[in-house]
Amino acid sequence: MNSLELRASKAQTDARGASARVVERLGVHNISLLVALAILIIIFGSLRGDVFFSSRNLLNIGLGVTILGVLAMSQTVVIVAGGLDIAVGATVGLTTVSTAMAIQATGSPAAGIVAGLVLGGLAGLVNGIIITYGRVNAVIATLGTMAIFRGIAFIMSDGQSIAIFSDTFRFIGIGRILGLPLLVWILVLTAIAFHLFLARSIVGRNIYALGGNPVVARFSGININRYRVGIYIMSGVAAGLAGILLAARTGSGQPVSGSQGLELEAITAAVLGGCALQGGKGTIVGALLGVAIIGVLNNGMILTSVPTFYQLLAKGSLLILAVVIAEYHLNRT
Amino acid sequence: MTQSDFFSLDGISKRFGIVQALDNVSIAFRPGEVLALVGENGAGKSTMMRILEGVFGPDSGTVRHGATPIVFGEPRDSHRAGIRVIHQEPEIVPNLTVAENIFVGELPRLAGVLLDWRKLEEQTDRVLATFGMQQDMRPRQLCGTLGPAQRQMIEIMRAIRAGGRLIAFDEPTSSLTDDEARRLFSVIRRLREEGTSIIYISHRLNEIIDLADRIVVLRDGRLVDDSPAAGASEQTIAKLMVGRNIDDLFTRETWRSGEQLLDVAGLTTDRVSDVSLRVRRGEVLGIAGLMGAGRSELAKAIVGYDRRIAGTIAMNGVPVLPNSPHAAIVAGIGFAPEDRKHEALLLFRSILDNAALCVPDKTSSFGFFNRRKALEIVSPLAAKMSIKAPNLDEQVSKLSGGNQQKVVLARWLARQPMLLILDEPTRGIDIGAKAEIYRLIDELAASGIGIILISSEMPELIGLADRVLVMAGGRITAELARPDVDEATILKHAMPQSAPAPGDHIQ
Repeated sequence: MNSLELRASKAQTDARGASARVVERLGVHNISLLVALAILIIIFGSLRGDVFFSSRNLLNIGLGVTILGVLAMSQTVVIVAGGLDIAVGATVGLTTVSTAMAIQATGSPAAGIVAGLVLGGLAGLVNGIIITYGRVNAVIATLGTMAIFRGIAFIMSDGQSIAIFSDTFRFIGIGRILGLPLLVWILVLTAIAFHLFLARSIVGRNIYALGGNPVVARFSGININRYRVGIYIMSGVAAGLAGILLAARTGSGQPVSGSQGLELEAITAAVLGGCALQGGKGTIVGALLGVAIIGVLNNGMILTSVPTFYQLLAKGSLLILAVVIAEYHLNRT
Repeated sequence: MTQSDFFSLDGISKRFGIVQALDNVSIAFRPGEVLALVGENGAGKSTMMRILEGVFGPDSGTVRHGATPIVFGEPRDSHRAGIRVIHQEPEIVPNLTVAENIFVGELPRLAGVLLDWRKLEEQTDRVLATFGMQQDMRPRQLCGTLGPAQRQMIEIMRAIRAGGRLIAFDEPTSSLTDDEARRLFSVIRRLREEGTSIIYISHRLNEIIDLADRIVVLRDGRLVDDSPAAGASEQTIAKLMVGRNIDDLFTRETWRSGEQLLDVAGLTTDRVSDVSLRVRRGEVLGIAGLMGAGRSELAKAIVGYDRRIAGTIAMNGVPVLPNSPHAAIVAGIGFAPEDRKHEALLLFRSILDNAALCVPDKTSSFGFFNRRKALEIVSPLAAKMSIKAPNLDEQVSKLSGGNQQKVVLARWLARQPMLLILDEPTRGIDIGAKAEIYRLIDELAASGIGIILISSEMPELIGLADRVLVMAGGRITAELARPDVDEATILKHAMPQSAPAPGDHIQ
């Protein structure tokens, strides 16, 4: 190889077979996720095939993973940037409460949506400032704000569930368009937006640079402080969106119920999807496959009557297993 | 002890990836001889030291003691055989005393468990006396309180005390003052008289001529000369090191420079004090200094990476905002840092991604990355610099040092900067790529770009720079203009002690 051949690798792949192209396009990691997903489906399908494969149950899985899907994608962006946001579950709880209260006070679904998104964004801004300018480790910072946000949600709601009586707002959670639940459409649209943003936009590419090597990013003129704060705001807004969806689905705002443990599942999905906790690595497609695995696992465990307590064991083990596998791959390459 | 009884290297080869670090090198060491090992960075000196020390083994060839081949599994084996390497950064434990550091591993014991302090102190006093170091340190002194020269002496005493018969010094004088260096030389001469075999590695050719009995020259991993030091001159050694006349390696087509480009006045950060300098269009400004003189820190101050405490920076008369690398880039300043792997490259991303990093506006449409546009910009640059890779999607971590550096340069050329700061641009790069980078520097300067060249390689500075600023202790200690730039003058001003008061510039 004496001179550089200026063609792109596309030309090379064309020469190979179609299957090789599929592998290249999806990536080895995503293919192993698909295999894992298939194995889970085969296990639960063989145990409770009658219920598992019913269209009703498949829709249930889809509905169940919508909120997690949004959070897993925003968590992926945060992790790719070299951060972590374990306050997302608490932020979701906080925003369901604020959305419900805003609708109760004004009767306007729009006000509820704005309240949820703005409060989520504010929560993210607080995280971003503490981490970026307070120079606090992201895990510790969001561990602290997790408690703070839960506390605020309790104070605002006085620990009560706040009912939402707006049918327009409830439509977001239970309505259907073209035969599919609106929630699933929202997941599809946010997924496309997140994917284009992270994989294709200049800002997204800079986020990979920031997470891959912040020193290089800074020398290259990327304002890393502004990026970091912006990423946590994004994570907060995404949590706000998730909170709105949760409130619309349950018809209430609740400080804890429904949002507890979402951070665990979101981080698990992101890491399963190929995020390196050191930053710089991870994809939206991978995160969605991780979400699908968690969704099928959750659903299958309910169908096969695994007690709730044991479900927690499975979820925690899955996160640790995912990280162990990720580290193993990282050290091999 | 006859010659054949001693250590020798026999046909040693070692390869790292695509770099042949050592290629069939044979050297016989002799007791009571100072053997100087010279060569450019990347010539294979450090690799040879690591093989001698047992850090790793050779791919082929053997280390022998007399006729017996010896295999070192780890450094401890080579220490036991009597081989010691004194590194630039002495490996001492700062929280232990002088005595403990010298006798580490062989501390005298009381009843098998307790440290026999009295005996240790006696032994240490004796060693210190042998080396004439009683005035410099006490046995019970903590090593953290010692200066670099004293730390180095401790490492030497430890090596001798442990029965070292072949002692290698890896650039020992780079952090020493003239006086400390002279004392080190007298110690080395004494060791020679006592029959120790010395390997002495240094870039300072005058030292070598002064001290060595024999000079071995390595170039690109090959032994190119092994001859007595008597009769050698700096010129002949330098020529052997680079393999051609130094003048041929450095081409500067033009020596004209245009109007004022960069104006730095009173720049101060935590690690740089009151630096003022100017660069004209088409000018190559060299910056010389020893390790830790603050040269890289000056670059980081100019590009806004380190926090500016005082001073102003202007490009074409327009002030550059402080503490913002982005502002520096917008002002037309490009910076290729010394530590390519950690400060310049996204190692696990492609050549294309790395080269396009600083030109987002030119490689995107509506905020989204546009691969076709990026290829249009990067391909011609990659071809111009003959980056050797299968294609532009190759991961940067898989490239050789020289090609990695070219990717960094391509990134900045894509931005068409007015000023380019190059920090050790040829470190760890083979001679061919070096020559290409020298040519590029000349081309860029000829096209009107101002260049700040930070380098530890004297020939580079002397061959390429119009002017050279010498730094020591975070300050500029001298400004030398062509043709007054020579190694001795630069070194004189680079020594920390000789630093004059700030503002006292030598024109």
